[in-house]
Amino acid sequence: MVAHAADAIPQRSRVWAYIARWLLTTNHKEIGTLYLWLSFTLFFIAGAMAMVIRLELFQPGIQFAEPLFYNQMVTMHGLIMVFGVVMPGFVGLANWQIPLMIGAPDMALPRLNNFSFWILPFAFTLLLSSLFMEGGAPNFGWTFYAPLSTTYGPPSTDFFIFGVHMMGISSVLGAINIIVTIFNLRTPGMTLMKMPLFVWTWLITAFLLIMVMPVLAGVVTMVLTDRHFGTSFFSAAGGGDPVMFQHIFWFFGHPEVYILILPGFGIASQIIPTFARKKLFGYHSMVYATAAIAFLSFIVWGHHMFATGMPLAAELFFMYATMLIAVPTGVKVFNWVATMWRGSMTFETPMLFAIGFVILFTIGGFSGLMLALVPADFQYQDTFFVVAHFHYVLYPGAIFGTMAATYYWLPKWTGHMYDERLGKIHFWTAVVAVNLTFFPMHFTGLAGMPRRIVDYSLQFADFNMVSSIGAGLLGLTQVLFLYIVIKTIRGGEKASTRVWEGAEGLEWTVPSPAPHHTFETPPQFPPIMQRDGR
Amino acid sequence: MNDTRNNQRKQVILLASLAVGMLGFAYALVPLYEVFCEVTGLNGKNYGRAVDPAVAQVQAAPSNREVTIQFLAHVGNGMPWEFRPTEHQLKVRLGELKFTEYYARNRAAQTVTGQAVPSVSPGYAAKYLHKIECFCFSQQRLEAGADQRMALRFYVGDDLPAEVHTLSLSYTLFKVPAVQAASPGARLASNQQ
Amino acid sequence: MTSIASTLKSGLVFLVLWGTSRAAFAAALDLREGVTDMSQRIQALHHMSLWVCVVMGVIVFGAMFYSIFAHRRSKHPQPADFHESTAVEVVWTVIPVLILVGMAVPATTTLIEIEDNSDADLTVLITASQWKWHYQYLEADIGYYSKLATPTEQIENRAPKGENYLLEVDNPLVLPTNKKIRFLTASNDVIHSWWVPDFAVKQDAIPGFINEAWTRIPTPGLYRGQCAELCGKDHAYMPVVVEVRPEAEFDKWIAGQRLARELASGQAVADRNKTWTMAELMQIGEQVFLTHCATCHEPNGVGQGTTYPALAGGKIPTGPLEAHIDRVMNGKAGTEMQAWAPQLSDRELAAVITYERNAWGNATADLIQPRTIYAAR
Repeated sequence: MVAHAADAIPQRSRVWAYIARWLLTTNHKEIGTLYLWLSFTLFFIAGAMAMVIRLELFQPGIQFAEPLFYNQMVTMHGLIMVFGVVMPGFVGLANWQIPLMIGAPDMALPRLNNFSFWILPFAFTLLLSSLFMEGGAPNFGWTFYAPLSTTYGPPSTDFFIFGVHMMGISSVLGAINIIVTIFNLRTPGMTLMKMPLFVWTWLITAFLLIMVMPVLAGVVTMVLTDRHFGTSFFSAAGGGDPVMFQHIFWFFGHPEVYILILPGFGIASQIIPTFARKKLFGYHSMVYATAAIAFLSFIVWGHHMFATGMPLAAELFFMYATMLIAVPTGVKVFNWVATMWRGSMTFETPMLFAIGFVILFTIGGFSGLMLALVPADFQYQDTFFVVAHFHYVLYPGAIFGTMAATYYWLPKWTGHMYDERLGKIHFWTAVVAVNLTFFPMHFTGLAGMPRRIVDYSLQFADFNMVSSIGAGLLGLTQVLFLYIVIKTIRGGEKASTRVWEGAEGLEWTVPSPAPHHTFETPPQFPPIMQRDGR
Repeated sequence: MNDTRNNQRKQVILLASLAVGMLGFAYALVPLYEVFCEVTGLNGKNYGRAVDPAVAQVQAAPSNREVTIQFLAHVGNGMPWEFRPTEHQLKVRLGELKFTEYYARNRAAQTVTGQAVPSVSPGYAAKYLHKIECFCFSQQRLEAGADQRMALRFYVGDDLPAEVHTLSLSYTLFKVPAVQAASPGARLASNQQ
Repeated sequence: MTSIASTLKSGLVFLVLWGTSRAAFAAALDLREGVTDMSQRIQALHHMSLWVCVVMGVIVFGAMFYSIFAHRRSKHPQPADFHESTAVEVVWTVIPVLILVGMAVPATTTLIEIEDNSDADLTVLITASQWKWHYQYLEADIGYYSKLATPTEQIENRAPKGENYLLEVDNPLVLPTNKKIRFLTASNDVIHSWWVPDFAVKQDAIPGFINEAWTRIPTPGLYRGQCAELCGKDHAYMPVVVEVRPEAEFDKWIAGQRLARELASGQAVADRNKTWTMAELMQIGEQVFLTHCATCHEPNGVGQGTTYPALAGGKIPTGPLEAHIDRVMNGKAGTEMQAWAPQLSDRELAAVITYERNAWGNATADLIQPRTIYAAR
């Protein structure tokens, strides 16, 4: 790090200086680090809630968690994973990597960047404190349908609403920052169609965020005014309609789940070419496919609502549009396979996670396609089949993507190689644990087990036990991952500039660890890569 | 350098406006949803605008086609009334003007005001049910222990799709909080019907 | 036995074992076939989409695994340098679209039939509330509540769980075979969802609105389902049980229900004319309380925080009698406290209110007769 006159400063001031540095930093690397640590911390908290859920579901009957508390765990687990783990994790990666990948000295709006981050610890403190409020935390599922949330929600619901507003503001400001950065600060020669794919996926994700987070803000405000200010958006008594809640919520909610995966697609598109030592196949196709997915994500929201009494025409429309999304998604998968094909592959940990991502995310995509068929959906809706589907696309999808990216870029961030043997152990244990936890859920769902239930009938017992054991193992793999990350920060084999033999891109031209300030003058593009990668 | 700053400023303003615009769009979805439901009749919301008898297409000789209408009643939580249809179902001919009543009795020891909210199944048939007089058009007020029969005068349009043979009309009676209770027999604003 | 015969015999045994184990395997893993035409068609759709996905998965993952093996660095040191092909992109866009169209056709025809609710023989109004179902036969004008019947001891692990743990009710919905039955779903509070997997009927019950669905069941039997939309604390505890009887038996059952209703009203008259003792009311009241009220207010009346207020020492059970009667009979708008007047008889209401006013240290000494409740209706 740059030497300050630190040694001359007395101890107490050094503590304040340390706090002030992190509180006030406008450096994209430090803010990226802050986002990543926030995400990792909340991962453990929401993961602990998952442990409570799986502990209770280990056997039929009520053992550890009474129904009211269990519903709070289910709700908070979902809220924190979506808004506190996946989204901040991807924003952290964006902060670290986008300026480095486009050859910019920092984000376009560094002070806004700082503000966007610091909203979040306050938002999550507010949200988590609701666990200790009278009436408990929100208990109506992360989707907070009316009137369960409007009329019957506990007092903490209002704090949940304010927390969501804060998270939304953070996301929108962050997204504006990312778009302005990408549009304006690319090094000369880097046209849009020469940008790394991670940057493309984040550009598109940022537009999605700006368009749909305000819709969430709107619907959550309607819940607030229905609760306290005499409106009846969602109450039939006042001329409103609970189903309208679902329409507005899912108009946000569906693009949201693509926000939760697109950066992961970008990460896979960076990692696979590196370890196959071969350029990404079909770059243009990949860009168009991502844009197509983003566009289509706006017109499929009704597939969450097939059992609400939707008219036939609407059911057919949403079925066809949802099935259509499989096409650009499939195109992306085929392009990754084509990138691997006749490459020259090595299987370091980032590549393992990237391949695991492609395979297991695709399984999640398949169950999504099955869910799209409306008549079959009548049997799948609100069962564990849906829970299996979204956990496959979110865990091996978003989380494996984030882990892959972390292993891939840790050497650049810290200057040290992570422990490859431990990384591989992490990967293989996680693959086993993820499948042990979530694959049986397909079967319990097909057998008729509804979701969000604290207790279940006997025919679901065996698979639930397997899932819970898998979940315990999965929890342990996170501890291993934390250990690996901390170990790498503290030391390890020195990383070279290029780090990986097949790595291409501007971020692999700066020293490892990346200096506090990089690309203060715009670099040459395309860069000449050093030959010092492993 | 200045150029970039200017560009950036324009982009930030544009993007922030997009965000604010989408917030407005979220609220716009509310009337959009109502309009969509009204125009298509989907969702079973029966706007039940009073049809002016003079303008009503009630034919002197209603068509031969008959449909069955079932009448249902629900009472909202905390509403201390007994509420039921006087007839469970009627066979009506399309275009024929019919009359039925719902019975309501206030069990409580104080005056209570209620608002009946209709719902029709199948949803798309809602717009073919034309009400000339309906107790759902206005709030209903009953003194303690009082009861009343409430009128419903309607006809089913002869343009009802051919596949519909049975219509279910359900009213849910909700309690109107004292502060919102209008004076007796007041008509609600049309957007609340 | 000749060797041919014994071979055939072992072959037959093997086939039977294989068939039953496959059936058992499928039963554990597969979506059920159900008993209606629609449920079977839906299972077929499920199989079709599953096989499409399996085949696509085998092709794609097969290519990946092959590549991982054949194109790893030690085996394939020189990477190729191709990185685009418009032709290939077109092919692997068009082929999936064709596959999807193929899947959409049977899904569309099945859906059109599912959404055709016309010409039903019988209509049942299903009203959901927290946390039970109310079934009403519109033509016969009969209605009753259907609530979970699994004892609390089983849920709390103090007794072994029965075979139909959490899937049993006190009064199942009774339906005839081979008639088109139209279900109307509604709700009194939050959104619930009525679901019977064997019929493949799932329909949300939305407060203030009615939805419809239909089925036709050829086979008599008992069919079990659950609520399929998070509806609060006891979402896991509101099963659906349907008893399907041949038509003649169903008609007899309906007649029996009408008779029972008359008897009940006769019983109700007798109950109001009788003057009940405190001991009688307390005993009945405790039963009613444990069956209907304890899930929220707890068996010992201490409640659960502010969500479900304590009745032991509570303001309402120790306060004015009229307010207590009103609260129990009419519920409280905007909360989960339901109106019990339509659900319980005069005797049950009088007993449970008496019980609440005199149990757990509430010493009001109030005694409420069923006729008082009747007068308050």
